[in-house]
Amino acid sequence: MFLKDYIKDVYGAVSSLLKGMRMTGYYFTHHKEIITEQYPDNRETLKIADRFRGEVVLLHDENNEHACTGCSACEIACPNGTIKIINKFDISPEGKKKKAIDTFVYHLELCTMCNLCIEACPTDAIKMAQTFEHSVYDRSKLTKKLNNEGSKLREGIE
Amino acid sequence: MLSLENITRIIHEWLNSHFNPAIALDTEFVLVGVASITLFALLGLSLVWMERKVAAVMQIRLGPNRVGPKGIFQTTADTLKLLMKEGLVPDGADKFLFNLAPFIVMIVAMLILAPIAFAKNFQIWDINIGVLYLSAISSLSVIGILMAGWASNSKYSLLGAMRSGAQIVSYELSAGLSVLSIVVLTGSLSIKDIILSQQNGWWIFKAHIPALISFIIFIIAVTAETNRAPFDMAEAESELTAGFHTEYSGMRFALFFLAEYINIFIVCAIGATLFFGGWMPLHIGSWQAFNHIMDYIPSSIWFLGKTIGLIFLIMWFRWTFPRLRIDQLLNLEWKYLLPISMFNLLLTSLVAIMGWYF
Amino acid sequence: MIEEIGRTTEGDLIINIGPQHPATHGVLHLVITLNGETIKKVEPHLGYIHRSIEKMCESLSYRQFIYVTSRMDYLSSHINNHACALCVEKGLQIEPPQRAQYIRVIMDELTRIASHELWWGAMAMDLGAFTPFFHAFRERETITDIMEKTCGARLTMNYMVPGGVMAELHPGFQRDVERFIQLYKSKFEEYSELVTGNVIFQNRMKSVGVLSKEDAISYGCSGPVGRASGVSCDIRKLYPYDIYNKVEFDEITETEGDSYARYVVRLKEIQQSIRIIEQLLGNIPEGDFQAKTKAVLKLPKGEFYQRVETARGELGVYIVSEGGTTPYRIKFRSPGFSNLSALEHMVKGLKIGDLIAAMGSLDLVIPDIDR
Repeated sequence: MFLKDYIKDVYGAVSSLLKGMRMTGYYFTHHKEIITEQYPDNRETLKIADRFRGEVVLLHDENNEHACTGCSACEIACPNGTIKIINKFDISPEGKKKKAIDTFVYHLELCTMCNLCIEACPTDAIKMAQTFEHSVYDRSKLTKKLNNEGSKLREGIE
Repeated sequence: MLSLENITRIIHEWLNSHFNPAIALDTEFVLVGVASITLFALLGLSLVWMERKVAAVMQIRLGPNRVGPKGIFQTTADTLKLLMKEGLVPDGADKFLFNLAPFIVMIVAMLILAPIAFAKNFQIWDINIGVLYLSAISSLSVIGILMAGWASNSKYSLLGAMRSGAQIVSYELSAGLSVLSIVVLTGSLSIKDIILSQQNGWWIFKAHIPALISFIIFIIAVTAETNRAPFDMAEAESELTAGFHTEYSGMRFALFFLAEYINIFIVCAIGATLFFGGWMPLHIGSWQAFNHIMDYIPSSIWFLGKTIGLIFLIMWFRWTFPRLRIDQLLNLEWKYLLPISMFNLLLTSLVAIMGWYF
Repeated sequence: MIEEIGRTTEGDLIINIGPQHPATHGVLHLVITLNGETIKKVEPHLGYIHRSIEKMCESLSYRQFIYVTSRMDYLSSHINNHACALCVEKGLQIEPPQRAQYIRVIMDELTRIASHELWWGAMAMDLGAFTPFFHAFRERETITDIMEKTCGARLTMNYMVPGGVMAELHPGFQRDVERFIQLYKSKFEEYSELVTGNVIFQNRMKSVGVLSKEDAISYGCSGPVGRASGVSCDIRKLYPYDIYNKVEFDEITETEGDSYARYVVRLKEIQQSIRIIEQLLGNIPEGDFQAKTKAVLKLPKGEFYQRVETARGELGVYIVSEGGTTPYRIKFRSPGFSNLSALEHMVKGLKIGDLIAAMGSLDLVIPDIDR
């Protein structure tokens, strides 16, 4: 019958709308469902995954020594030309020439955090750091020198 | 006791005792104007804040929480920003109409304020055809919207305005019919009389089924009339970017924005007046003690509480439902709401004649 | 130019939807001809986000070019990477260890769920409901957290390498995924209450943007769009790769071919993806996660083609090698491009609102179309 279908239609429509309203009403009354993280305020409690790729860093130990031999494997592996390694030749006390890095240039502004350089490094000298607040006012600050001043190659790494 | 009624009486008496009646009347006009503009600003700001908070909690977010405690000054800051922004007029726009449109929308919203009773004996203009006046004025805002859409010289605006025209003209019918059912029950068009007739109980309880049906139709129709989701065809930001106010910026945009919220407040105030007794406290039949306690709550609080309740309902709709399509919108009106409300008017008349209400 | 085409001779309106428009989810530009509200013609203009990824890949080595493909269909970046890795493996004739294959399939399915979740929210937002968008992100966030813990990134993971995956799963992987599945199952009811069952939503979606089976085939539609029209086109079933022939799952097909069918197909696909993950999760075999490969990969001279099923449909990777360390020519067959081409056919004679609904149900990712 026409009238019966009409009423059924209206009833079905209204009840489906009320179901939706019950759902939003539930969230309106249950404030603990809120999932907002108040980011700059919760810096202390922020948990960042260990593997998060924030930027490339060169690891230095307490003696200001690193493991980078200057082999340029990372520079070759990088798809964007983010890394540039400038080598120099140290003269050892015995008078032998020894290759060492002069500057490990890292262009953060070009980096896509693809992790290929870390994979390529034969001595595990570099790794991804978990920092993520990279914004600066001047673009030139994004070009970084990764090796510390006066650092040198750790003994026993070829 | 300090109530709104007393304050107005004191001002009135003071003015009349110090100046001649003409000056006193003029001063009262100015005072009412200033008061209503202040009310508008406050309402706009607080309702926008309320909407943002309601939306946020329903969407499992926090909402504005930076400017002031719980973010209550966020809307003030936004308005200041809009005030300082440049109001651009697009090339090829009809400059006069383009500038006029937001003011028309705003003025219409202000006009509807006149017969609304905010508290006991606190009403700007107690006109004996109050309900008729409300229906007549509330359909004027479409002129402002059409003007904005036409004058912008933008196709998005034009489409939005045309949609809005079709929508407001059709939903006016069922809104009017559902209001009529209360008029039938009361036997008066005056807002004051309608409120006083609910002394022993609100119409939504007293007139049970017909009042409930007309209330549901009323709330759907006014949601459509104020261009709110799920009937926000005129704006429909995923279809027409911003509809009729696409080309507006700065304070002109803010006026449209504020007018939307003030319209919501006004239609909810009308709904509260007609169905929930306006400023009338909740009275239950012969429970003398209960009725007495209820009388202690000031009438303005009753009015505001009911209105905000209805506003919340309309906001609840917005943050739950998807938008209708334009032809479905008109289908809903002409195939469902209008027949039902006509039938309901008959039912109400029957109820009123037979005296089947409490 | 734009002023000239502002109005046609018949007095129809020409409207630009995009390149900056809330409904196009990117920089898609649709020039639509309107008669009142009725659509007469839809003309997609492409190229606003063309980054010439195919040409870029020609200058990158076989290890390097994979990360670029994450930027094509950024919502199913794992699956794009998977396709490239598979194609390179085909050329090198190596097979990744079992463990790597299991991990890859689990990651693919997680990506698919994440992509469909985001689409669900965006679809509802196209129709004017805002709340579902945030609710969808709540579940999706759990997946991105898992991705972050295992792969180190949330969107452009670059986890697949030729010969396996880049790193071992993180220690709590199984527990995290189980927790996600639990969360999803507890919230699934909400999806139907909030959106699917809603009468307004159903009216907006049903018998809107109908695409018949024949049209779906001739336009080359694949993925959920093709399956909603009744075309059995799930690459995971037709040409199984990795261990898809070992897992049990149903290929979801609907016959209506309207926007609602596409919607239902995607929601049911999430269930199937969860079914796949549940089968694999407890049984990941021990072993290496990466096959031994040379430091510099060289594909033999020849042509290699690999297709996979992304969240949007069939992605084909075609590599021409001259025997060097970089590909001579790379071509991607992206699902979004052919799905978009069916749009005009679907919405002709309907209203603007239907165009938005139909476009939302296609689940377009613009960088995937332009590349």
